Amino acid sequence: MSLLTSLARLRALDEKIAQPVATVRHCHLAERPMVFIPLKLSGEAAAPLAAMLGTDRGDPRLLVVPQPRNRDLRFAWAAELAGVLLPYVEGFLGATETVERRNADPYERTVDAPQIIVPNQGGVAFARLLGRSTRFRRPDGPYPVPESVPLLGRWLTYFAERAAYPGSSLMLAATDELGRHWASGQSSLEDANLAALMSWITTGPNDEAEDPLVWPPAGPATDPGFDAEVLAPAIDAGSPERVAEALRTQLEPTWRLMWQAIDLLAGLPEGASVAQRWEQDRGSFSGMAAHIAEGAPPQARRDGAVAAAAKLARMERAQAAYDVQRAYDDPLVMAEYRLSGEAFAGEVIETVPDNVEGEGRSRKLRPLVVIKTDDPVRLAPGTSLGTPQRRAQGAALVSADDGLVTVKITKGMGRGRTAAPGAVPEIGERVCYTSLTDDFQGSPALPEAEATPWTHGGPPQEYTPVDEDAQEEWS
Amino acid sequence: MTGLMREGDPVRRLEVLRGTTPPRPHDARAIAALAANPGCARRALMDGAGIDKDAAARHLGFPAPFGQSPFAITRGNAFEALVKADGCAELLRMLREVLGLPIAEVAYHDVENVGAHLRHAHTRALIDRAARDGQDAGTLYDHPLLSLGIAGHTAYLEPDVVAFQLGGRFHIVEIKSFAVIDGQADPSAVAGAARQAAVYVLALRAMLEELGHDPLMVSHDVVLVCPENFANRPVATLVDVRRQLAVLRRQLARMTTLDRLLDGLPDDLTFDLRPGEDGRPTRPVAELSDALRRTTARYAPDCLSTCDLCFFCRDEARQEGASDLLGRQVRDELGGVASVDEALGLADGTRDPAEGQEEIARLLRNAERLRRECLT
Repeated sequence: MSLLTSLARLRALDEKIAQPVATVRHCHLAERPMVFIPLKLSGEAAAPLAAMLGTDRGDPRLLVVPQPRNRDLRFAWAAELAGVLLPYVEGFLGATETVERRNADPYERTVDAPQIIVPNQGGVAFARLLGRSTRFRRPDGPYPVPESVPLLGRWLTYFAERAAYPGSSLMLAATDELGRHWASGQSSLEDANLAALMSWITTGPNDEAEDPLVWPPAGPATDPGFDAEVLAPAIDAGSPERVAEALRTQLEPTWRLMWQAIDLLAGLPEGASVAQRWEQDRGSFSGMAAHIAEGAPPQARRDGAVAAAAKLARMERAQAAYDVQRAYDDPLVMAEYRLSGEAFAGEVIETVPDNVEGEGRSRKLRPLVVIKTDDPVRLAPGTSLGTPQRRAQGAALVSADDGLVTVKITKGMGRGRTAAPGAVPEIGERVCYTSLTDDFQGSPALPEAEATPWTHGGPPQEYTPVDEDAQEEWS
Repeated sequence: MTGLMREGDPVRRLEVLRGTTPPRPHDARAIAALAANPGCARRALMDGAGIDKDAAARHLGFPAPFGQSPFAITRGNAFEALVKADGCAELLRMLREVLGLPIAEVAYHDVENVGAHLRHAHTRALIDRAARDGQDAGTLYDHPLLSLGIAGHTAYLEPDVVAFQLGGRFHIVEIKSFAVIDGQADPSAVAGAARQAAVYVLALRAMLEELGHDPLMVSHDVVLVCPENFANRPVATLVDVRRQLAVLRRQLARMTTLDRLLDGLPDDLTFDLRPGEDGRPTRPVAELSDALRRTTARYAPDCLSTCDLCFFCRDEARQEGASDLLGRQVRDELGGVASVDEALGLADGTRDPAEGQEEIARLLRNAERLRRECLT
């Protein structure tokens, strides 16, 4: 969190309404997102209790485990869940486009992809654990489960992993996305409560948001009072209808909040780089679908050393790119870098569009731009710069003092003797330059998995499904 | 005051603070939480006096936001019973695997057999004998009762099990019902268990030291027993709690002694709830809340998961417009600007920075200028 966000929180506290910390939306919002609100049994790792889900706000599906301690009923519930989620996911596999690649075969990418929205990080964690507890199951042998259950497990594992990938929108946690766009007047700890955060954004702080009788928790944990006074007696009475009705009361308020949260996010214009990141999501989703279609085994319990290092490197690059893209897309995010002196913005007061450097064959066009800025510039002469106003352009800092910064354009102004029209900013134009650039970073050289050195455990064993995994207890 | 009741006698003063409300003993969880916010005078005094903070919060109209689900309690009890069944048979199997405990050494003492009032003395005698004889003393102590001096007050603690090993080292065994899945558990749950176990290690070390033995006979490795994956099968892991021990020891030592906290308070100040015959508090709420406000709290959002009184203190912080409300990160970022009004005044330029605030004031003004520029 930066001082800019802290200031927004202070302002929110003072004005009793959340303050924007973004001017555009930084996540993709699907046309038909799947809202998924899971509830689990208290005290258990991933024992499902219920879920409310669907793509139509007027028509939620409620799935309930009437006796959560009964293992068969849990798997029956997982099969029901698969019956809703898998057709949704597979529905995106039909329409594809061919993507040409340099130095590689072209591949098929789906033109759209599924998007699952859960209330909070707890929902993501539940999806991961439910995926872990079901993906190794088998439709045959001892303890058989319906065929759809292990497939559901693999998809849930995939979505939960993708939720941790910076900039991915395949699985979103509502509180995280809201928190990326609005600063409330409470702590980030309290922001994890969907009802409380929503009330800060819409109407202002409301103590009722923390009252489980008015706003039941958004899951996956249920309110202990509800467990003791309503749920336990209903389960003991052995009445599936009573259990379902009790759980419906806990889920419906969150269901409405989730759609309201989606509306709020949809109200923001989409950031310029969002489509590009969604394209990567579509590529990743297509890859996963192809993986499953080829009959590959389920994801291993743990990544091998090389796979883990490669994944980490990918995520670090994605994080860096996500940070840069958000700053370029959104002046309010860029303002954080302006505050720290890594970016500056201001008005162009002088230009030398035909400035050249060198003689003869090495003569190069290097237009100069002088900008008047109020920002504290902490960049050394020679630093390479980029600008959100002309994304293809490269520049370098020449000098900066007393609020006057001279920049020379080094790239992206055309090949002619004079700069292409519009390449050099006009006097009076407002521009922003930053040392933040989304330069391509090569991936680190990692050995093949078979060549994992002994320091990292040696070559990992290929995962082969074993009976033990399929029969793992789920009590 | 009579000669017998010396002015400032901390024990008597604490009794006055508690009044007629029955005392509520500390447990390891409370001590671990206390160490998390050692600067909070209100909490130190209430805990020191053994006041039931939960009841106080309820009476004040700010009931604590936590409770435990009956499902979680059932599961926790069932798991502990499973681990301890048949004289801790399952636990022994794991101890042999994790600690390399030879089978012949095993004996089982259930300290609870002697009745609650004798448990502490009995635990002491057993541990003393084990530490002295080493070889043939019992191996497992179920339901032991340890004690630890907290802020001048003795707290009694019940570790799940204490194991004694041939190598002459005691190991605290902590049984928790959160799952370890593929070798990984919820980090915050493990951290909580480690903090709690560190309290037991400290208490057992203190007991050994009192008895004239080497306190380091208690291992800093505690045995954490949790269910594995999605089943009920227990799995044991050694957890090194040296860091938690160091933190705990430092915090307990640094915790302002209660005498000093009491010195600044009026003699007749009391947090008494004045329970009536039915045990229901009869004290006027405004009076109790005024009394509490005489002591300084140090609210942080982390209190919301550790302290029964959190909603009361949060309300107070709101009324004062304290920037503490927004969390430590924001407070640190504001470096020395305690109130919301002050910070916003500096940002708007309507307030002149005090000495030492020039840098943060400059940053805040800049931040405000940037926000305005981007949002209009």
